[in-house]
Formats: sequence, C-alpha cells, structure tokens
Amino acid sequence: MTGVKLSNIRKSYARNEVLHGIDLEIELGEFVVFVGPSGCGKSTLLRMIAGLESISDGEMYIEGALVNHIPASMRGTAMVFQTYALYPHMTVYDNMAFAMRIAKESKEVIDEKVHQAAELLQLTEYLGRLPKALSGGQRQRVAIGRAIVRSPKVFLFDEPLSNLDAALRVQTRIEIANLKENMPGTTMIYVTHDQVEAMTLADRIVVLSAGKVEQFGSPLELYTNPANLFVARFIGSPAMNILPVVLEQSGPHSLIRFTSGKTLSVPVASELMEEGAELQLGIRSEDLLLSDKLNALLSGEVQFVESLGEMTLIHVKCKESDSIIVAKLVGIIELHKGQTVHLSLMADKVHLFNTEGHSLRYLDQQSCDAGQQAEQPDLVTDNV
Amino acid sequence: MTHLLSSLVIMLLGVAACGFYFVFSNWLLLRIFPVRRVSLQQQAVNIQRAALIRPWLFLAPALGFLGLYLVYPVVESVRLSLFDRGGDAFVGVANYRWLFASEEFQESLLNNLLWLLVVPACSTFLGLVIAAMTDKVRWGNIAKSLVFMPMAISFIGASIIWKFIYEYRGEGSEQIGLLNAVVEYLGGTAQPWITLHFWNNLFLMVILVWIQTGFAMVILSAALRGIPEETVEAAVLDGANGVQIFFKIMIPQIWSTIAVVWTTITITVLKVFDIVLAMTNGQWKTQVLANMMYDWMFRGGGDFGRGAAIAVIIMVAVIPVMIWNIRQANAQMEGR
Amino acid sequence: MVTVTKPLSSTDSPYQSRGLLSTLRRSPLTLLTHLSVIVIVVMWTLPTAGLLISSLRDKEQLAVSGWWTSLSPSTQRLMVRSVPPDAQLEEGGRYVLRGKVSDDQALQVLAFGWSSREPAAYAVGDVAQMRKGQTLSISSNGEYELSSPEPFSGARGKRLFYTAKIPPRFGLDNYREVLTTGGIGQSFINSLTVTIPATVIPILIAAFAAYALSWMAMPGRGLLIALIVGLLVVPLQMSLIPLLRMYNQIGSTFGVDAKSYLGIWLAHTGFGLPLAIYLLRNYIANLPKEIIESARVDGANDFEIFTRIILPLSFPALASFAIFQFLWVWNDLLVATVFLGTGEQQMVLTARLREMLGSYGGNWEVLTASAFVSMAVPLLVFFSLQRYLVRGLLSGSVK
Repeated sequence: MTGVKLSNIRKSYARNEVLHGIDLEIELGEFVVFVGPSGCGKSTLLRMIAGLESISDGEMYIEGALVNHIPASMRGTAMVFQTYALYPHMTVYDNMAFAMRIAKESKEVIDEKVHQAAELLQLTEYLGRLPKALSGGQRQRVAIGRAIVRSPKVFLFDEPLSNLDAALRVQTRIEIANLKENMPGTTMIYVTHDQVEAMTLADRIVVLSAGKVEQFGSPLELYTNPANLFVARFIGSPAMNILPVVLEQSGPHSLIRFTSGKTLSVPVASELMEEGAELQLGIRSEDLLLSDKLNALLSGEVQFVESLGEMTLIHVKCKESDSIIVAKLVGIIELHKGQTVHLSLMADKVHLFNTEGHSLRYLDQQSCDAGQQAEQPDLVTDNV
Repeated sequence: MTHLLSSLVIMLLGVAACGFYFVFSNWLLLRIFPVRRVSLQQQAVNIQRAALIRPWLFLAPALGFLGLYLVYPVVESVRLSLFDRGGDAFVGVANYRWLFASEEFQESLLNNLLWLLVVPACSTFLGLVIAAMTDKVRWGNIAKSLVFMPMAISFIGASIIWKFIYEYRGEGSEQIGLLNAVVEYLGGTAQPWITLHFWNNLFLMVILVWIQTGFAMVILSAALRGIPEETVEAAVLDGANGVQIFFKIMIPQIWSTIAVVWTTITITVLKVFDIVLAMTNGQWKTQVLANMMYDWMFRGGGDFGRGAAIAVIIMVAVIPVMIWNIRQANAQMEGR
Repeated sequence: MVTVTKPLSSTDSPYQSRGLLSTLRRSPLTLLTHLSVIVIVVMWTLPTAGLLISSLRDKEQLAVSGWWTSLSPSTQRLMVRSVPPDAQLEEGGRYVLRGKVSDDQALQVLAFGWSSREPAAYAVGDVAQMRKGQTLSISSNGEYELSSPEPFSGARGKRLFYTAKIPPRFGLDNYREVLTTGGIGQSFINSLTVTIPATVIPILIAAFAAYALSWMAMPGRGLLIALIVGLLVVPLQMSLIPLLRMYNQIGSTFGVDAKSYLGIWLAHTGFGLPLAIYLLRNYIANLPKEIIESARVDGANDFEIFTRIILPLSFPALASFAIFQFLWVWNDLLVATVFLGTGEQQMVLTARLREMLGSYGGNWEVLTASAFVSMAVPLLVFFSLQRYLVRGLLSGSVK
C-alpha cells in the first residue's frame, strides 16, 4: 500500500498555476523530503496534503483513500510548522491535549498519550509551562509532541529546523531521525530548502523546481546520477562544475572535445545523439585532480583558495569555461592566487547533459529500467 | 436599590441573550450537519457544508446591526430630507432651499468652517509639539498621561469645567472664573466671554482642542518613535541642528500619520454637538450644524424633514474622508 | 485613520521614552524643554484641578472667591440678625442683647456696622453709636453686644453687618448633597445600566464578525471590510431621525415604551460596531496564520478555533475596544437624549448634568460636584487601563 499517492496534482491561484501536475507515490512508512529553491511550490504541496490548501486538479490518496474533499481535520495528518505554531495561552500539556479534547477523547486516554509523548521527547518536566517559558528547541519538540499524540497516518514537517540555531539544528535533526525509527508505520513528509537536512534524513528526496518534480530518488542516486542540470547544480556543495563541450563521436562511449581542442573518451552512451552536438559536461569538484601540463584537460589561473585543513578548495578561471571551476583537493595544498594550475578529471565520473539539460546517462538508465519493468509506468520520465 | 437589582438582571439577560445566539446557532448547525456517528464520506460533506454556512452565522448579528442602525438610516435620512416635517408628504428640495436661505444655517456653516480650520490644526500642532517635547524629558510619560486625560472626560463634563473658567461676575465683585481673574490681575476688564460674538466661538473651540490634543499627541508620539533612529543619527553626523532635524528629517517621515490624525479630528469636529449645546445652545451666534440638526429634530414637536436635510449636509462633508479611508484600507490589505 | 497599524502585541509601557535626538538632551534647550512641558501640563490639568478643588469647598466660599484663593482665608462681608428682643436683659438701666455672630471658632471679625449702607464703618473694639442712643460692639471673636436705653421691641433681632476673615473650609458636603438630593446617585446607576451591556454586547458580536472577516473563506469579504471602514465615519446624526421614527413606530404598534434600555443598548451596539469590528479585525487578522492552521489540522472547527484560540489570544484588543466603548457610552449625551426618556428611572449622568446646567446655572457647588461624580468612573478607567487605550488608538482610529 502506498502512504501518499499524488496523481497529476495541480494548484492555481486565480489564473496563475504554481504546481503543474505532480505525480508521486510515497511508500507507507517512508520518509520523503521535498527540497527545492524558495518559490518552487514545495510548501504549497505539503499544505495541500495537510488539507490546508484546496486541490485545483488531480487526485490525492492517503493510505488508499481519496482525500481531495476531506477537510484537514479528518485526513489523519499532523503537521509541525516552521514557527512551531504552539498555542501561546496553553501549557505544554494543554497544547498536546488540544486535538484529543476536540475529538472528545476520555481524560485517561489523553493523559496517557500526552505523558507517553512527553517522555519520548524529554518534555515531562515542562508539561506545566507556557510556550513562552521554553527554549526554541523545546518549543519545536512540543510541536512534534503535539503531532505524535494524534498517531497520524502522515506526519508533515514544514521547514521545522529553520528557526533554530546551527547547533540545535543538528541535535533536533538527530531527534527527528530517531522519531522516524520509533514510528516505522507512519509516513513522513518533510519540506526543507537545506540539502544537508534532505540528504541526511530522507529515504527518498523529491527535488522540485518551478512547480515540477525534477527528480525523485534516494539521496545518493540524486548525487551520483542527477537527472538533469537543475538537480546536478542543486544537490551537492560546492555545486557541480559545468563546461561546454562538443560530441566528437557518439556510441556506447562518447568522445567529447573541449573548447581548447583537447578530447576525452567518457563511459556515457550517446548512441542517439548526432555527432557535433553541443553538450554540457558536468563534473563534481572532488572528481577533479591536479595534473601536469601535458596530461591536463583544463588549465587556468587560481582566483581564490579556501584552505579548510582536511581539504582545499581552489577556484580556477579556465579558458575552457565561462564560469569559475571549483576543485576540491584532499589535504593541504600550497597554492596562491594568480598561479597557473592544470587539472584533469575522472572520466567515469563525468556527466553529460544535452541541450534540454537532461543527463544522457540518466536517460540511458531509465530506458533500460523501463525495458526490464514494463509493467510499472515510470513516473519521472514522463516529465523528462 | 430595587432599580439597581433590576438593572443588573436586565444587563445579564441582555448579555446572555447575545451569547446564547452564538452557542445555539452553532449547536443547531452541528445538529443539521452532524460530524459524529455518520459515515466518513458524510462527515466530510457535512464539515464542508457547515464551513460554508458558519461565516454567515458569525456575521449575521453584526450585519443586522450595521444594516439597521447605519446603512438603512443613511438611505432613510436622504429620503426624509425630501419630505415634510412629519415625513408624510413629498416636498422635493424644499427643505434644502429653506436651509440655504436660512440665516441660522449660514451662520452654522460659517462657524463649522471655522471649527474645521481651527480645531484640527491646533490639536495636531499642539499634539506634535507636546509629543516631541515630552519624549525628551524623563517624566514625559506622566506629562503625556495628564495631557491625554481629557480624552476620558465627557464633552458635557468638559463644558462645565470650562464654563467655570469663563465664569463672569459683574464688575466690582470678585471674579471666580480663572480667565477673568487673570485678565483683571493683568489690569484688564472682566468680560462675559461666552456672549462676545465671534470670540466666543474660539472659546468653545478651546474646549475641543483641550480634549483632542491628547489623542493627537499619543498617535504622533508613537509615529515619532517609529522613525528609524539611524536617519536622525545620520542627520546629526551631517551637522543638522535639533530644529532642522525635527522639521527636515522627522516631520516628512510622519506625514501620513499627521494626515490620519487631522482627518480623524476633522470627523469629530463635524459631529461636535455637546459642547455647543451645553455652553450656549447656539445662542450668541455660536450655532453649528450638529446642534442645529438636534434642535430641529425636537423643535416644536420636531421637523424631521429639515433635521434630516441638515444631517445629509454633515454626511456630504464626511464623504471625502470616507473615500480616502476606504482607499487606504484597500491598499493596506493588498499589501498584506 | 488606517495607516497607523502598530501591532497591538507590545506588552511594555504604553509610552516608551526613547533617547531620540540624544544630542538635544545635553544642549541648553533642555531647561527650556522642561519648563515648556511643565507649563503645558499645568495648562492641561488646571481646569480639571480647579473643578475638583471647587467641588470640595464650602459652598458659600465657592460662590464668592476663586478656587485658587481657597487655601488662604477669605474675607467676607456677612449679615446676621441678633438674637430676638425676647432675650434682652436689663443691666444697669440699659437693655442688652448678647450673642455671637457665628459659631465658627476660627472666625475673625475685622470690622462691623449697623446699616447696609456702611457695613464696615467701625473697627473691632469701637463702639458704634446707633440711633436713639443704642450702641453696638462686636469683638474680634464674634461676640456682640447691643445695648439700648429703651427696651428692644419687635419680633425679630436687629441686622448686624460684619466683615470677617474666614479660614478655608473643605468637605464632602457638596457631594453628600448632590448624591442624596440631586438625583445624581440615581443617574449614576442609570449610566451603569446603559454602559455595561452596551459595552459587552458589541464586543461579542464584533469578535465573531472580525474572525469571520479575517480567517473564514467566504465570498464578498473584501467588500464587507470596505463597507465597515466606510461606516466608521458615518455621522451619528444621519441615524437619529430614522431610528427615532422607527422606535416610535415600534412603541405605538406594540404598545410598549419607545424609550427603553433595550433600545439604547441596541443603538449603542449598532453605532459601536464599525469601530469594534475594525479594531478587532486588525488584531485578529495579524495573529499567526500557523496557529489557526495548526488548530484546524488538530480537528477544530471554526467555532472551536474561535472560542478556544482566538478569544483568549485577542484579550488585549478586546480590552482596548471595551475601554473605548465604555468611555464613549458613558460620556455620550446625544444618543441618550434621543433614545432614553427624561424620567428619574432613565436619565443618565450626562443628561442630568445638562439639565443642571440649565436649572442650576450659577450653583457651582452642585455643578462641580455633579460633574466630578460623572467624571470619576471614566477617569478611574482611564488611569488604570491607559495602556490598553493607547494600544487601541494606535491600532486603529477613534470615534
């Protein structure tokens, strides 16, 4: 059974469409993170699942039941807001008990559940306090507790860590990860713009941009095999380096030519591509290596050096690219601004993107998968 | 004592009836669209239907009151102003024709104009000056509180206070009115201020200025404090002196608030009635529109046609402010 | 009227003094500023203070001297009749009348006389020669002695004129008088009867409406808000005649009194609602959206959200409006004279004051004490709840 299923979900305000047909199948008990730049529609999508925004078009199922017209109070969802949204005039206990009181639960049940949740979140000694007497982290835990006591089918988080300071953010992230372990049957959906949160918490990540799903996959899949230029640039820090290249020779392995004239054979299939096509080459900064002049594929002048101890980031202005190339080198490397460096790259880590921005390797893999599992329509390739 | 008790009972009943409406209407709504003990799909439908009706249940009493006590009377007043004294026979614009020919009306209009020029200007100016000065002394809060105090006093109470100040005793006897005592101390002759034509208008206006300055001060003081301190500090660094800072840096930043204060006091002035009624009842050429309207409403059993016509004139004077307000409110809501 | 939208949430002092223009603080202008503020405060409080002091003074003194002289003894010319001739004694062949001009121990007689034309012709200690060989002397403590070669005749005593220095006298006599005989006590209760329901009912109605206009999805919301902003400034005068006609009609149709407490409550509710809805909506619409959504996800319907979340959170705004409405209704004269009768059971304080101004125009002891009775409650409310009043002003407008 799927936890949450979205089928061609659209959202418009007046005549302005902000979500353009979202298809997703989230497994029961799965922890899924929606990530994307601000304004991509990730929060809107979450609020639609919660029932706080109406659905303009498409169908939404929670544990198999169509919920399009089910009001928020009956969807069995619970939500943790960025601003905590605690009721300021109620104690911690009353905050957690509110939903059950509305549902006319018995006093004993309420008491038991509140104490259970308080114990899990180490809030027992604060039950009698008002929210204003709590720290930011404690408030966030109360907000989580308020959601737990309802035993929701779907647990929704809307940027829950954004209002916390850096140290607390790490700690609360670990607590949320523990919570996930403790509630294996509960589907959790988590919205953030922070890719570290996304990578560390998620079973699978949905990358959204401008109201569309760019890619849906596990964190490592997104990192090692981005579907397109957007995901390639969005996931990973520093961002993937992008260089213009020309396809010299297509085939199971492609031969590409840099603007400097140097060529490289990479293990990416390009059978359907015309030779001479313009491509974008993507290479992560850790996949660049220092080399001598002779074997170098890229060379340029160092613009800026960031020495971090365990590694050194160098920003290089190369002839081969308009933008600055960033290389992540292990250890401490003595380099200075203005020095000329020569770089080579690991051919098997190279990504190639066509003019529409799609990754050739990803397309190739999808078509193989589609061949193997013809019965399962691939949701993502529809968008590609 | 029995009256006090019956008053209490009536009070409780009145308040309870109002609370009862809201509780009962919600209970009824939940009876018609139950959310418990029905199928899940039915629940969803019921919740949605109830949510569709509920805002109107919440709004109904308010809309009823607004309609009955404000919207309907505005329309009805306009209609009545075209009818005779009893409101039975249509007389066209006769009431207005009479009004514009009436000396009393011309006098009221002129006086009202004078009030409109003097009171908002004086109150706003004094309020601004006092706000700026009290911000700079440590006991400014106490000073503000005392200047603000007349806001709590009724117009009629204020009239008594000031009538006592303007009190005139015939020549030769000791003056118990503060103003005449001061005048005599300074070597002048005591005057019956309230009956001195033209100047008496100003003496009445002083009362309203005395009341409204506190209001202007509170709002303008908040506006002054809302000015980013950096702009003032930058001006200090640029070498501006205190007066220059006040007029060139601070005042321009609070123009919109000054406008708000000004218009609010203008509206109050248009409605001013109690002060004139209590001090002179329009005698000695101090009549104003609101008091004249009240007068005609009851004079000789009441002339509703003429009274309504005067009310309409006051309304017309208010309309520009009304439109400005609505525009402001709309702009603000869109900004949100 | 609408651009000032300071959030109502600040919990500190209503007027925080900020070190704005700190450079000016140290300049020579500082002294001038302090002086000016003192002058202003004196000018603004003096009228009220004068009224308060006067209301506490002895009514005879109040009528003849300014209140600013009330702390120094006043010099008054008075007339008193001597004891009647029945009380005369015969002493050494002369007939004598003895007595005291006043019981006041602190009284000090400065001069006296026996005719109204020369009321202060003799100094204390002198013996005044009157007609027919009669003599009069008055000592400074007020004891007098009239003597005559012939027996005094007639039923009444002789008129004695004296000028005396009378020490200041304060007391609550004026208040006792107006509260017991002037009908002010009754009017006080009437005012309370009008004011309390006329304050509570609009709050309830407006709070529900303000919530609906802030957070409930409904068509025409923007239009309704614009309507309410427009109605904020509609002059009361527009409503009076149509409502008076309507009330009279209802009264005659159903055979009930057209002027009733219910009538004025409803009228005040109607007139107060635009401001109430406007103020409360400004506040409620600015409450954090997440709290309301959270309650909605928690399963609460709008009624539950309103009663359990919005009402408790809106307390500051409700208090602000309550104070406005209380002051406005308590101080109102116009609505009361139109919709309430003039009988003992219905006359409110403001109407009573107005009536007194007409009938006791010169009786300042009655007027000052009555005025202060009417001002006591609003001033109490003002000074104790000023913070809410200021907040309310800043979040919207006033009538």
